[in-house]
Amino acid sequence: MSFPGTADGRGGYVGASVPRREDPRLVGGRGRFVDDIHLPGMLHAQFVRSTVAHAGLLEVDLAEVRAFPGVIGAFSAADLGLIDITAVLHRPLTEFVPTDMPVLARDKVRFVGEPLAIVVGVDAYLVEDALELARVRYAPESPVMSADAALADGAPLVHGAATGNVLVDVSMFATPGIDEIFDAAHTVVTVSTRTGRQNALPLETRGVVAHYDERAEQVVLDTCTQVPHQVRTVTAACLGLRERQVRVRVPDMGGGFGIKCVVGREEIAVAAAAQRLRRPVKWIEDRKDALTASFLAREQAYHVRAAFDGEGHMLALDADVVCDMGAYSCYPFTAGIEPLMASAEMPSVYRVPAYRVRARAVTTNKAPTAPYRGVSRPQYVMVMERLVERAARELGIDPVELRRRNLITAFPYTGVNGITYDPGSYLESLDLCEQTLREQGWYEARDQAAGQGRVLGIGYSCFSERTGYGSGAFAQRRMAVVPGFDMSEIRMDLSGGVTVTTGTQSHGQSHETTLAQIVADKLHLDLTDVRIEQGDTDRITYGWGTFASRSAVIGGSAVGLAADKLEAKLRLIAAHLLGTEPEALELADGTIRPAADPGQAMTYAQVADVAYLRAHLLPKDAEPGLAVTASFDVGGDGTFSNATHGVVVELDPGTGGVQILQYVCVEDCGVAINPKVVEGQCRGGIAQGIAGALFEQVTYDENGEPSCASFIDYKVPTAKEIPDVLIKHLETPCLFTETGAKGAGEGGTIGAPAAVLNAVNDALRGTSVELEDTPIRPETVHAALSRAPRRQPVPASGGEGPR
Amino acid sequence: MSDDLLITLRVNEAEHELLIEPRRTLVDALRHDLALTGTHVGCEHGICGACTVLLDGRPVRSCLVFAVAAEGRHVETVESLSPDGQLNDLQRAFMEHHGLQCGFCTPGFLMLAEGFLAEEPEATKAEIREVVAANLCRCTGYQTIVEAIDDCAVRRRRRLQNELDQSRVRSAATEEAAL
Repeated sequence: MSFPGTADGRGGYVGASVPRREDPRLVGGRGRFVDDIHLPGMLHAQFVRSTVAHAGLLEVDLAEVRAFPGVIGAFSAADLGLIDITAVLHRPLTEFVPTDMPVLARDKVRFVGEPLAIVVGVDAYLVEDALELARVRYAPESPVMSADAALADGAPLVHGAATGNVLVDVSMFATPGIDEIFDAAHTVVTVSTRTGRQNALPLETRGVVAHYDERAEQVVLDTCTQVPHQVRTVTAACLGLRERQVRVRVPDMGGGFGIKCVVGREEIAVAAAAQRLRRPVKWIEDRKDALTASFLAREQAYHVRAAFDGEGHMLALDADVVCDMGAYSCYPFTAGIEPLMASAEMPSVYRVPAYRVRARAVTTNKAPTAPYRGVSRPQYVMVMERLVERAARELGIDPVELRRRNLITAFPYTGVNGITYDPGSYLESLDLCEQTLREQGWYEARDQAAGQGRVLGIGYSCFSERTGYGSGAFAQRRMAVVPGFDMSEIRMDLSGGVTVTTGTQSHGQSHETTLAQIVADKLHLDLTDVRIEQGDTDRITYGWGTFASRSAVIGGSAVGLAADKLEAKLRLIAAHLLGTEPEALELADGTIRPAADPGQAMTYAQVADVAYLRAHLLPKDAEPGLAVTASFDVGGDGTFSNATHGVVVELDPGTGGVQILQYVCVEDCGVAINPKVVEGQCRGGIAQGIAGALFEQVTYDENGEPSCASFIDYKVPTAKEIPDVLIKHLETPCLFTETGAKGAGEGGTIGAPAAVLNAVNDALRGTSVELEDTPIRPETVHAALSRAPRRQPVPASGGEGPR
Repeated sequence: MSDDLLITLRVNEAEHELLIEPRRTLVDALRHDLALTGTHVGCEHGICGACTVLLDGRPVRSCLVFAVAAEGRHVETVESLSPDGQLNDLQRAFMEHHGLQCGFCTPGFLMLAEGFLAEEPEATKAEIREVVAANLCRCTGYQTIVEAIDDCAVRRRRRLQNELDQSRVRSAATEEAAL
């Protein structure tokens, strides 16, 4: 990709891997993360946390804590009297049970690590000492430590209001005649899958510095959140303030991946303490709390069957999904985030004529859950890809060929789930991915390996990723607050450059670069003349932040539309000054000029000079100044990126270890605004998907004590485990975004577990074992390889392997 | 507080006097007492490596070192790589290879790599990958970090070779002139 892209040296930024604007400060150690903020008189906070999983909370005695030298304040729920955080879906009680999440636990504790009191002191070390002096009395109850236990008859209730511990229970679609289709089908295959609880694990833990600004009469939070405006709303509600009395600013963020797109209780408690003490208060979550008491994700169980005809065409899909959402419903998404995503989107990239799903969220005595990169899609894609693989085995059809027979190829396609899919390259990406592995000789390598006592397998996954959830699409979930649109203001200054606000919030995605590329192209500006401003609720009217791969699609379109509006105003003013019509002008090289007479060009600075400093020269219908606002929302069902991943693994019969020998990703996110940024999202996403497939799992003992309180026990893969990824791009432009871009934030994570699991099962094809759960444990692989005879024909039944 | 010790820390060639608790970690002293916030804290138990600094030229986890134990030794942090604001070759290589996204782990990887390459300038890409596996990154998938460090090492070797070649030419010329 050449750069810059046009002869005049301007424009052509979209599509070019321009260097990131963020990088110089970040590689220089001059970034400004939340823990880098130091305010005069700043105090430090930590939390007294529950040591039991399920109990009545009889007393939180902070007398000794308060007496500890250097402690300035210690507050329990009773001391602060804050309003609870309550996330709501507008659904009948049979489908959704709202539950309150108190900022600090009150009356009852529901997981180990739940915050009970905030302790504030002059020094972070001293506060840790003081925490030890809290005296908490509990009335222990039996903890509910699995979804199965939660759903059992007579199970203890985590929330009194949630009968049977069910927070969400939706049954959807139920195509008429689906049972008859299963009865009459040539082949029915089933998959039962469990996926491990995971931590999104940004390397920067959560944290906030809050202070009270007497002059502005505002509580100000500098906090690492993906959703600053939502934090403002909840802070104001909990503290009983007006929205304008709260300001949320976001410094550089050390990742988020979803865990920071919900409002944390600790943020609110710190704000309340700062307001009360009238001193700045900093809280930086330690890693133990981040691993045990923050938001988690992904623990799901699927029981799914699919009907096929004799040629391998899928006829029907019948699914039961149970998501273990832990102790609380997150704001604003609720405990419906995982089950509603899974049930709405499970048919994925395949033509599925008949579909029925029941999806539930159950509450247990574990740390609560939040969206995590991919949200249910890594799991249901794994289920769908296991179903096609199993059907292929049963029917004796090559699994790639069976996929080809079922992929959606005619667009737009409206599925049985009521979703209309915009054009993509589902088949092309599969073909290119398979072709790549064939041409590289991996099929021969696999077959030759068998003769050498080595165990190789090849696996694929095909999937799509909805990246343009507008308010219409989110409204179908019936959230009380409906995310979707975004808005941008663009201001041209006297120098002729622009500052552009975005309601999206980069936490590593490079918005300062990519959004500037869009604006620079639109206005024929140099990239350095475009400044992107994000993460400040006082400067940005409203925004929904960054999640669900929405920023390039929705935020990128909003900045583009704002630039268009500014262009219209530049034309209006310049036409008046040049004595011509707006349509007779063109933008070029930071100037506006008559197309027929380029020598008459005015620089933007000259136009701005009139707009601000000599407003008497403006045309009558032009207001002074050069600032305009635009919003963008996605109509209909949004846009879908797609990809195919192909993986070659080798299993170690001695240790059961899984080594990835090759990883190919063929992705299509429409027009890539900055291909290097897209590739970075792919590779990082794939690493997190591999982490879920092979390594990471949050576990608890039977009493509800977390077993993974450090990186010793929670195994985050390193450069030794994560392979290089070969990325190939296809481009099916989005038809309604300003740049043709679709989102790219989550795809890597979505596709990886299915591809890895399929590759492992391909390697196990000579055994009687098929694995269905993640993470895939070495001991499971070892047992499969040592128990079953290898290199024998696969039984025609496909083998319902031991679990 | 009465247990506080007066120590002298030598950081990036500068000497600092600090009155601190014996239990205060080096990373906290750097970040919060000396305002060198480029070094980050990721886990506080020595695994993620975000806090990696050089102690007498060798990479260490500054969350596992007490500040008092660093007295009399030379500490180098990420701030030492671009003292005048000019990014060094390794930092530029990270930018060119997109070896960072959120940038939180980056200072740790930079100091890890500087320490390693100083000891093993001839390191192969596979050896570099082994060393990169000492630290955690959650954004990049590591590939571009390995590529950035390898590229920087290759260029440093090439530069060194050029300098050697030129000095040989020069000394040959000097010898000729002497004859």
